[in-house]
Amino acid sequence: MAQHPRAASVPAGTPTKITQGSKTPGGIGESTLRPDGTLKVTGEFAYSSDMWHEDMLWGHTLRSTVAHAGISSIDTGEALATPGVYAVLTYDDLPAPMKNYGLEIQDTPALAHGKVRHHGEPVALVAADHPETARRAAAKIRIEYAELPVITDEASATAPDAVLVHEGRTDHHIGHVPHPNIVHRQPIVRGDADAAAARADVIVSGDYVFGMQDQAFLGPESGLAVPSEDGGVELYVATQWLHSDLRQIAPVLGLPEDKVRMTLSGVGGAFGGREDLSMQIHACLLALRTGKPVKMVYNRFESFFGHVHRHPAKLHYEHGATKDGKLTHMKCRIVLDGGAYASASPAVVGNASSLAVGPYVVEDVDIEAIALYSNNPPCGAMRGFGAVQACFAYEAQMDKLAAALDMDPVELRQLNAMEQGTLLPTGQRVDSPAPVAELLRRVKARPLPPEQQWLSADAEGSSVDVRALPGGLSNTTHGEGVVRGVGYAVGLKNVGFSEGFDDYSTARVRMEVINGEPVATVHTAMAEVGQGGVTVHAQIARTELGVSQVTIHPADTRVGSAGSTSASRQTYVTGGAVKHSCEAVRERILEIGRRKLGTYHPAWATAELLLEGGKVVTDGGEALASVAEVLQDEAVDVELEWRHRPTEAFDLRTGQGNGHVQYSFAAHRAVVEVDTELGLVKVIELACAQDVGKALNPLSVQGQIQGGTTQGLGVAVMEEILVDPKTAKVRNPSFTDYLIPTILDTPTIPVDVLELADDHAPYGLRGIGEAPTLSSTPAVLAAIRDATGLELNRTPVRPEHITGS
Amino acid sequence: MRVNFTVNGRPQEADDVWEGESLLYVLRERMGLPGSKNACEQGECGSCTVRLDGVPVCSCLVAAGQAEGREVVTVEGLADYARHREDAHPGTGCAAGTCGTSLDAAQRWQARPTDARSAEAAALSPIQQAFIDAGAVQCGFCTPGLLVAADELLEACPSPSDQDIREALSGNLCRCTGYEKILDAVRLAAARQEETVR
Ligand code: FES
Ligand code: FES
Repeated sequence: MAQHPRAASVPAGTPTKITQGSKTPGGIGESTLRPDGTLKVTGEFAYSSDMWHEDMLWGHTLRSTVAHAGISSIDTGEALATPGVYAVLTYDDLPAPMKNYGLEIQDTPALAHGKVRHHGEPVALVAADHPETARRAAAKIRIEYAELPVITDEASATAPDAVLVHEGRTDHHIGHVPHPNIVHRQPIVRGDADAAAARADVIVSGDYVFGMQDQAFLGPESGLAVPSEDGGVELYVATQWLHSDLRQIAPVLGLPEDKVRMTLSGVGGAFGGREDLSMQIHACLLALRTGKPVKMVYNRFESFFGHVHRHPAKLHYEHGATKDGKLTHMKCRIVLDGGAYASASPAVVGNASSLAVGPYVVEDVDIEAIALYSNNPPCGAMRGFGAVQACFAYEAQMDKLAAALDMDPVELRQLNAMEQGTLLPTGQRVDSPAPVAELLRRVKARPLPPEQQWLSADAEGSSVDVRALPGGLSNTTHGEGVVRGVGYAVGLKNVGFSEGFDDYSTARVRMEVINGEPVATVHTAMAEVGQGGVTVHAQIARTELGVSQVTIHPADTRVGSAGSTSASRQTYVTGGAVKHSCEAVRERILEIGRRKLGTYHPAWATAELLLEGGKVVTDGGEALASVAEVLQDEAVDVELEWRHRPTEAFDLRTGQGNGHVQYSFAAHRAVVEVDTELGLVKVIELACAQDVGKALNPLSVQGQIQGGTTQGLGVAVMEEILVDPKTAKVRNPSFTDYLIPTILDTPTIPVDVLELADDHAPYGLRGIGEAPTLSSTPAVLAAIRDATGLELNRTPVRPEHITGS
Repeated sequence: MRVNFTVNGRPQEADDVWEGESLLYVLRERMGLPGSKNACEQGECGSCTVRLDGVPVCSCLVAAGQAEGREVVTVEGLADYARHREDAHPGTGCAAGTCGTSLDAAQRWQARPTDARSAEAAALSPIQQAFIDAGAVQCGFCTPGLLVAADELLEACPSPSDQDIREALSGNLCRCTGYEKILDAVRLAAARQEETVR
């Protein structure tokens, strides 16, 4: 976008001279505080569920009570007659020919049509003047279901007489999948795994099960749709990618994209669970139908049905090694259950297969990953995205192999650790630092936490603080039967979107003088979901433009796409776009300076010029003018797109291809205490070492690593959505029954940050959000195995797995 | 029905409250105080924690009618509340044998009107500032409930051990931070509080 040139005018007085340019405080590398912090601690920050509008109605979704059934009839008469109800909508009310949406495959009906494919699928919508009125009216809608057999696993999905979850598929994966109930299949074959197996002195294999995890972000799905005068709609919503939502919403509403204006409202966490649409289309439909603003807020029960989950997985792995511990080969088969709709399943398959070997050098591999269509809850993106399930299995295998070889498990890993220059099974060379062995060394070198911390010695001898024991305040043990274990794990995650995806971001940066001070405004469509992107954008602008005042414009669709806040990509890609746009703004300002003030000092023409501390400064540190003097009432305004290096698709037969942009590595050491009598686990410490390339904001980096670590801990010992294998119904959609770690379940998480720059990335940074979620789960499992001597091949570990009862 | 109660020091009345409405709903949707969050409406996450006559409660589990005639403090009133506590009993705590805020003190307290906010009134309470400084806020959805709970802890026990903090905050879920920075924040607020007492 163009700057607004004005006639050059000579400033009053000559520029101030010879002031040593100083670095502007609050730039990258500093732990600056969040710009939204004060609003968030005072309760004034407007989350999507806090939106309010005069005359607003409340929307409610009626969801299917069965997993797989034909819909014989829907009777909405009684609901519509309820006082206070303004609209009741079903599939028949969808206004446009396009009735489905989806991230990659448009297989998800906006409202169920003729058939439901999973428990909790949206069937009808109600708008009313009170949320309770809407709920009660929805309960009066009569639906007759004709139940169908449910597909719940690989065997039932691929049985010869299996019902097809999606008949008449036309997506581009159908040509290469072995069965229409398989969404996508990706083999990766390199070398000759069978021949290499013959050279192995030791071969270990195992079957692993990874449970269905929920993102359990705290701020439930919610938003406000306001009809606008031009027949369009304004949507204020919590999401991870505004433009992706827009592309899916507009066609179903039958509106051109410019009539659907989206603004990001406060997001209470995401972790992948907001990549797919939830209430967006529904609220807009109700608003357009009633002509009134409509707010929708899911409660926790509905939230469990309102977003996709982490793919549960079954994994079979085989590794071989020579006597001295060198890996000879790896074979694996990974079956991910994608549930009723495709969501991100194809990309999850790509990740699971291409990262299946983990951060190890194995030349001969035979890998296959598939995702199923089933009648289980739809699964898609969640922090770690396909790499998590694989890491759980290959790390268990490493321990098994170490035991078989009678080697130290960390040494075995270090011996086989990949490094810069290693070839991945996809044939791609890792062309940036890969400090896998070093990260392991660091977590191992850390002193162990003291034993038996529950014992506090006092004058009379000793007393027990049960709060520090497994079981805690439930007072189930005083230390009898409590044993300690230590376990290690390391993981490999790609950063950014892979497989040839055009992964770009857009940033608009404006610089102007307000009250005599230069102020930069950064406008992107980046979804701030809690990760701290807004903090980092301000830091980048301060560093690049030398101004202290930076305003972050609210994210909306009036600026180009920023891509998704996922895949650890946002600081890399949108951060890169902000940097790129700032550089262009800087050049414009220097041009203006040369034009207006060039005659005052020869350095304008000859020196390398920088912006620092609100001034134009030579590389020798001489200040030529203040930015305020240069700009006066001119403003510079630039909007640019920025891309990382292109990637390419994996070959569908061999899996070969330069599919990834960047890698992220983290290692964990877990120390646990297990009450072997009751099967209760207390994690004592979960130390992490991670390479972050460059810590743009060290405080936020630690927060991200600790948060990711805790989600990995959760799935290790408590988190799982339970689906009844006979009916495919969800059994625990509540925070009473789906447990996430509390502060009592979460140990101290010391973080050791390594900064080995990736020369291809802005400032050398490396995406950080996901890697710690990979390795913390297998580290905890390894520690429990170490404590108990049990095999434990599934997550989460439950008390009965430990006690054997 | 009509509910009369005091919210953040100011008498309020809510009309046409349906019997099933929670205190949380009335605060958020009728009083225009969305600071208390609804993350589960099941009493499991603590995001909706407010003080009812000084006692931290999950406002999603309190029927609005139960608040009749009582004192409610939400995150929006936390800074004023903390300031008032300092004025009323500077530097008291468990050790002095005067734990918590008495009902009497809670009822005598009046917030400054928010429309004429002085710089002082806009200032943050120590625990709010500590949450920002320690990096304990990410998405921030859990923050209001945690602040109310942590503030009450520090009132009752000015120098809590880590186990005390964990125990006091065990009813508040946070999905983003991993809790380490939340512990840091409470320790920081306690340390700063001690500084000012000395
Ligand atoms: S919303 Fe009240 S405890 Fe969760
Ligand atoms: S900061 Fe997001 S839930 Fe705690």
